[in-house]
Amino acid sequence: MTTLQPPAAAKPRKSRPPAQGDRRSWTGWGFIGPFVAVFALVFLAPIAYSIYLSLFRDQLIGGTQFVGFDNYQQALQDERFWDSLGRVSLFLAVQVPIMLFIGLLIALALDSGRLYGTDFFRITIFLPYAVPAVVATLMWGFMYGTKYGLVGDINSAFGVTLPDPLSSDLVLASIGNIVTWEFIGYNMLIFYSALKVIPNSLYEAAEIDGAGQFRVITAIKLPAIRGALVIATIFSIIGSFQLFNEPSILRPLARNAITTDFTPNFYTYSLSFNGQQHNYSAAVAIIMGLITMVIAYVVQLRGMRKGA
Amino acid sequence: MSGTSSSATSASPSASAAATGTTRAVPRLRKRREHSAGRPRRSVLLTVLTGLILVYTVVPLLWLVISATKTQEGLADSSGLWFADDFALWSNIHDTFTYHDGIFVRWLLNTLLYVGLGAGGATFLAILGGYALAKFDFPGKRGVFAVVIGAVAVPGTALAVPTFLMFSKMGLTDTPWAVIIPSLVSPFGLYLMWVFATEAIPVELLEAARIDGAGEARTFFKVALPLLAPGIVTVLLFTTVATWNNYFLPLIMLKDPDWYPLTLGLDAWNNQAQTIGGDVIFNLVITGSLLTIVPLIAAFLLLQKYWQSGLAAGSVKE
Repeated sequence: MTTLQPPAAAKPRKSRPPAQGDRRSWTGWGFIGPFVAVFALVFLAPIAYSIYLSLFRDQLIGGTQFVGFDNYQQALQDERFWDSLGRVSLFLAVQVPIMLFIGLLIALALDSGRLYGTDFFRITIFLPYAVPAVVATLMWGFMYGTKYGLVGDINSAFGVTLPDPLSSDLVLASIGNIVTWEFIGYNMLIFYSALKVIPNSLYEAAEIDGAGQFRVITAIKLPAIRGALVIATIFSIIGSFQLFNEPSILRPLARNAITTDFTPNFYTYSLSFNGQQHNYSAAVAIIMGLITMVIAYVVQLRGMRKGA
Repeated sequence: MSGTSSSATSASPSASAAATGTTRAVPRLRKRREHSAGRPRRSVLLTVLTGLILVYTVVPLLWLVISATKTQEGLADSSGLWFADDFALWSNIHDTFTYHDGIFVRWLLNTLLYVGLGAGGATFLAILGGYALAKFDFPGKRGVFAVVIGAVAVPGTALAVPTFLMFSKMGLTDTPWAVIIPSLVSPFGLYLMWVFATEAIPVELLEAARIDGAGEARTFFKVALPLLAPGIVTVLLFTTVATWNNYFLPLIMLKDPDWYPLTLGLDAWNNQAQTIGGDVIFNLVITGSLLTIVPLIAAFLLLQKYWQSGLAAGSVKE
């Protein structure tokens, strides 16, 4: 995974003064050692254990047996898995672009300096990030209510019948709305921080060349924050594929619409904790992890290649 | 932070405007201003459009605040965005804290414990590690970096099940350690701290301290740590949010409600309504939700000067 480097990664190494170059010693390990030790315990060991588990199967007769890649084979033919993967892929294709695009627009608006009350906008739009997914989902869940919620209010106030946001047709979009609400501000802030460090001289040069606002955005701002855009996209992809909290918390309100295999993570969770199929669950989780890594990697590669 | 920088850059055009001074210069200046990066013209239209997003962001929070003032009956009877006749905020807060022998207080203390040890520890490990990556060359550095960044792409939820099985073999499940230990690692925090330390600590200063005979630990605590302060606040705030908001990890690790954090407790209260004969306490779910987010929002608002400068330094400079 060497190639999955954040854009700034090359920078620190490059900017390291020559004096440090020949000071290659073990001293650094004294500082990074504790992190690496805990990291090994909570990241590497579970991954290794997961791979180990995925190669076995609990048989009713004969106990736990080594079955090689049988679990993987089963997962690749498992319709419930593919359905859940399709669902999060659809989610990814629709929700992530909307969220990132709005976040980018606000960041550009804030950065343009053309807003009244820039600071107020920035901090307020960011606030939902501080709201736990549990609280955000509970809140929206209440508001989605067609009986007592805001949707119900609108229905009775205007004498209309809005479609139920928690019906199986709409529940994925409703979850997308919650996630969008939670993370617009976060993404905005990432883009905004990146925009802030663009040297002013570039704008002055563009001004002299007679470039308009739009041209400045497309020719200077967007290329300059490409790194931040790629990072935000990768985080969003990982987030979408990991989708669990929102559907899980919303489930009591929409038991028919949100099944226990609604997302891949939900599926592995159900397999493990309701079905006691730890081995199969491990295989599904590993496949999902691999898919996530491959896609994140491809995005990283493509995003960085254009120019840079 | 942005306020100061934008006013600093705008100083020069306005100074030249003052120098040219007269009314005759105004049209020309305005024309220049439209394109000027330093001092753009404010736009009502853009403000209104951004305001729409602001409304989207704020309405649910308003709904939460307003709903927290209502009784269970008021919630059902009144419109979501206006107050009911009964103003029950204080009694709701009282009930939230006392319901079920004050279990909410217990959840709050648990959350503080998990945040204190988990987020605090994660921040400390990230500071040490980020400092090492930024200022030392050591064998295996590239490897460490590659593995950590690679691991970020591994779904945390995919790790959770094997972690649960491992921890249950070690007898750690259903204890606070099951939540605290996995919280100790924040790859994002490490990354942020690394970029920040690279920018914030001049190597000359470290060299000077070493020449003066300070050991590595002393150099770190006396020289490096103070310089890292804005970065530390930023990482601490983000690890705090991650731990405070954590749901999945405690969900699988904890069975005993006495060890629940707030998030899990609220979810349990909400689910209570679904069980037959369960006490319906939506007013407490809502008030508890409000009480859960207030400390974090307060922290973000109070510390915004620090974390925003920390984030700006950590943001991608290319």
